[in-house]
Amino acid sequence: MTENPAQSAIIVSGVVKQFGRFAALRGVSAEFDAGKFHAILGDNGAGKTTLLRALAGLAHPTQGTIRMFGQDPQDSSREIGYMAHPSLLYDEMSGMENLRYFARLYEIAGDERCAEVIRAVGLDPQLTRPVGQYSQGMRQRMSLARAILHHPKLLLLDEPFSNVDVHSAREMVILLKNMRGSGKTIFVVTHQALLLDGVADEFVWMQEGRIVDRTAAPVRAGEAL
Amino acid sequence: MNSFWAVTTATLVKDIRLEWRSKDALNSMLFFSLLVVVIFVFSFDPLAEESRHIVGGLVWIAFLFAAVVALNQTWARELRNQVLDAYRVSPAPANGLFLAKTLGNFIFVCVLEALMAPLFVIFYNLHVLGPAWQLVPIALLGTWALVVNGTFFAAMSLRTRNREIMLPLLLFPVSIPAVIGMVAGTTAILTGENSAHFYIVLLLTYDVVFTTASLALFKTILHAE
Amino acid sequence: MKKLFLILAGLTALFLAYATYLALKVAPTDALQGDVYRIIYYHVPSAWTAFLLFFINFIASVQYLARTKASLQKAVQWFVIGIGVVGVIATFLPQVQALLPTGMRPSAVATTVLAIPAFYFLLGWKFPGDRMDMLALTAAEVGVVFCTIVLVTGPIWARPVWGIWWAPGDIRLTSTLVLWLIYVSYLVLRRFSSSAQTQIIAAALAVFGALDVPLVYFSIWFFRTQHPQPVIGGGGSMDPRMLHTLLISWMAFLCFAFLICWSRFRLELLKREAEQAEAMESLVGAGTAAKASLPLSRSAR
Repeated sequence: MTENPAQSAIIVSGVVKQFGRFAALRGVSAEFDAGKFHAILGDNGAGKTTLLRALAGLAHPTQGTIRMFGQDPQDSSREIGYMAHPSLLYDEMSGMENLRYFARLYEIAGDERCAEVIRAVGLDPQLTRPVGQYSQGMRQRMSLARAILHHPKLLLLDEPFSNVDVHSAREMVILLKNMRGSGKTIFVVTHQALLLDGVADEFVWMQEGRIVDRTAAPVRAGEAL
Repeated sequence: MNSFWAVTTATLVKDIRLEWRSKDALNSMLFFSLLVVVIFVFSFDPLAEESRHIVGGLVWIAFLFAAVVALNQTWARELRNQVLDAYRVSPAPANGLFLAKTLGNFIFVCVLEALMAPLFVIFYNLHVLGPAWQLVPIALLGTWALVVNGTFFAAMSLRTRNREIMLPLLLFPVSIPAVIGMVAGTTAILTGENSAHFYIVLLLTYDVVFTTASLALFKTILHAE
Repeated sequence: MKKLFLILAGLTALFLAYATYLALKVAPTDALQGDVYRIIYYHVPSAWTAFLLFFINFIASVQYLARTKASLQKAVQWFVIGIGVVGVIATFLPQVQALLPTGMRPSAVATTVLAIPAFYFLLGWKFPGDRMDMLALTAAEVGVVFCTIVLVTGPIWARPVWGIWWAPGDIRLTSTLVLWLIYVSYLVLRRFSSSAQTQIIAAALAVFGALDVPLVYFSIWFFRTQHPQPVIGGGGSMDPRMLHTLLISWMAFLCFAFLICWSRFRLELLKREAEQAEAMESLVGAGTAAKASLPLSRSAR
């Protein structure tokens, strides 16, 4: 969406993703700017999750390429923070214990950063309750904390607000707004476009494995939401 | 290199802590091991003259059963909540994770063997006629042989339709040389009729070859969708 | 293509008939074993064919894995060339020649060692991309069939001649059994794996299996030296007519195996094309029309 290629953080070219006889992505080509907040919308089965996973390096395109800051997604793992509907956390450990462990994976020493992100998502670092006993909203927030632990340049969030109470959802949106303000690139797949109205810089519409539209507001010409 | 050992230790410590907290796998495995020994005692008459010749085989079959049940649990916690995705997305070296899981399994299976072996000695009234100290390298190298391939194949089986049966199906054929080494070596020491020296070297070679192969190929397996 | 296949099929049938004729009529009766020994003309060629096919699977699997990364591919290529060079030079060194079993000529060993890089580059050239994996699968499947023949004919031969169905220390038969087990597990993995990366996972398993084979051989070899085994005869030189029949049989089996592999390969190729076509069905629009071309088969147009 910009003339200057140096601005494009993420370049997707002709990506096809085939699962046996089913093609989840049928030729997606797009460029996304750095430092912008992109919301990805579409019906179930449109390919939103697959696209996000491809950006995260979790799904390998059958055809086509993805370049992220000039590299393959798998080589950019330090820059990527990923969050999905499953929490990606160990149910048997507390939030702090979980984050301490993941901090080791990212070579982050000490507890301060872990405590910092837990507070940033509105939770208490001292909480010893295992994550498995959290409410859905708390679990999603802790999962987000894990995703931002290592100061990633790029955040990829798959349906972070689904089944989450309104308070938690709003907290997350505020946090994301601040992060985008500090220069992070953010992709959020969601069904709740209205939550991001005025927050996201653009709305990317997908249908049947392709990007069909990109708008500045969560409305498409001639379509109800 | 630093991060490799950091990841390995962090993961190993985390797994041990989690196992210690829940103790569910540990308790059921201990009881299962006892049951296996008892079944063998009823099936193979301990008073028979030739029992010393077959006990080597019985012991290792019992260890093999116990190991398979333990190995099937290797990735269970990582599959819940798709924690494995968090690994794939992180820059942490994949074989650090592998080594930690293998070491964890190794410790676990050794604990089971330490329980089962005395039971065999008691039920079968074993006197070791050969150099008894050689049983230690055979036990350690043999267990590592089972566990290193078992952990690797358990990861391979993650995306198969019948995961639990796929592990022994893949593991047993490839483990045959190791099993020959373990059984023949143990029998040689128990009966004192032959030297176990070659079998120890065989097991050592086996361990080196397959540990190297597993470490080299694990990243590919981990990143498989 | 189809005509060529039919012609070759006809020739192979003739060849097999000729080999059978030689085996049953022309080859002389064995002094010790009588006519029962003639099963060797099925047993041994099947074994050699199976081993060749498994070897092809191994080379194909290594290549397929190497291709995942360009730098890795180059490294493996140099390594394979290195094996060829070192192997050939080594067979002409007196120290190495002393280690060879009697009767084995250094040039024969050198040629066998050269087969590794030769196969590697030949297959790499002829089977680009996904085809390498199809080759691996084909070779494994057909190899298992021939290996089954070996394992069935082995005991059938052993029983009347040596009085026992199976000797645990018989290194060749037992190694073949383990090889069969490894490759059956390979095929089961391919069948039951629902991963998008099944092919790479299976290739890794094939590498593990190949690494295992020498270990199997040595473990059984040593086990055998420690335990008295029933004497399985077979020493001494072979009548030249028998050797001739054996080689003709092997050639005939190879032709037959080639035909089956070719059919199986085509089948796999078409199956994957059909899958891809189905997946891309609704692909329309500028820029994406080009993507609809199937990179797999030359004959798809």
